[in-house]
Amino acid sequence: MRSIWRTLPPALQRDMLALAGALAVIGMSFGAIAVASGLDWWMPSALSVLVFAGGSQFMVVGVVAAGGGIVAAVLGALVLNARHLPFGLAIGDIIGRGKLARLVGSHLMIDESVAFAMAQKDPARARAVFWFLGTTAFAVWNLGTIVGVLAGQGIADPKAFGLDAAFPAALLALVLPALKDTRTRNAALLGAAIALATTPFLPAGLPVLLALGGLVVLIPAPRQTAEEVSV
Amino acid sequence: MTITAILVLAVGTYAFRVAGPFLRARMVKAAARRGGATTAELPPRLTELMSTAATVLLVALVATAALTDGGSFAGVALPAGVFAGGVLAWRKVPFVVVVIVAAVVAAGLRLLGMP
Repeated sequence: MRSIWRTLPPALQRDMLALAGALAVIGMSFGAIAVASGLDWWMPSALSVLVFAGGSQFMVVGVVAAGGGIVAAVLGALVLNARHLPFGLAIGDIIGRGKLARLVGSHLMIDESVAFAMAQKDPARARAVFWFLGTTAFAVWNLGTIVGVLAGQGIADPKAFGLDAAFPAALLALVLPALKDTRTRNAALLGAAIALATTPFLPAGLPVLLALGGLVVLIPAPRQTAEEVSV
Repeated sequence: MTITAILVLAVGTYAFRVAGPFLRARMVKAAARRGGATTAELPPRLTELMSTAATVLLVALVATAALTDGGSFAGVALPAGVFAGGVLAWRKVPFVVVVIVAAVVAAGLRLLGMP
């Protein structure tokens, strides 16, 4: 695996490490918030190792802290994580062709590793990027969680550093080249509009899934109309 | 929070994650069988649909993360930070700069008292 990483240009490694650094800080805040919400010391780490999906981890902790039911919390978090299925359809071949690679690599699938891999034109580089960022993110997310649990309230709010703006900006930078394609752009714009319009009414996670409705723009215009006109 | 809840969430999330690559591998196999070859490429229309779907989801994530916060519309600092980063990315500024500027703009506006 090390040998593929060596093929990654230093600038690309730097980009991924910058993102990993930001993830570490969010991981710390997750650990701190989780114990402040009353979770046992080992639970934040169990979530970070076994679930490894930040949004859903914050969600279950938030619901539990607010006194909500655990069943609803888990169901809501699963809805939020359902997007990984279409992600896997798109990048399945990038992760690897072997069974073991697919079984292990699937767990490293996060928004950032998917976006970074899809932004690469060369398939070999896309694979190296996916594994480099996936493993690095897993390591720093879990280290961050442990630090956050130990430090507790001493951890500052990531919003104070603007990190909540850093992640969407990073994803935006990564998908921007794909949006040069008109059909992709139209589908994405319609999807984003659907997601934004439904966010105030639906539980978290569903609006993003509904964005897939934007794919209707890929349906080719029916040929019948042309024939009907000619008749 | 119970260990059962953590395990159910973990297994469910992993199931979503692992389903995609294995379904795709199955589609490739089926395409190979139809084509009578040992290896086959998926129809371009299908691969395009799958990668566009992922892009649509990522853009929807960006839009909701940048403009909403907890089900209602976000304040000024967060969207402004993401917008600043987006403009720089569009101007082909290096990725690291995009990420840092987005964070600095959002943090700076908050420091100035903007929501």
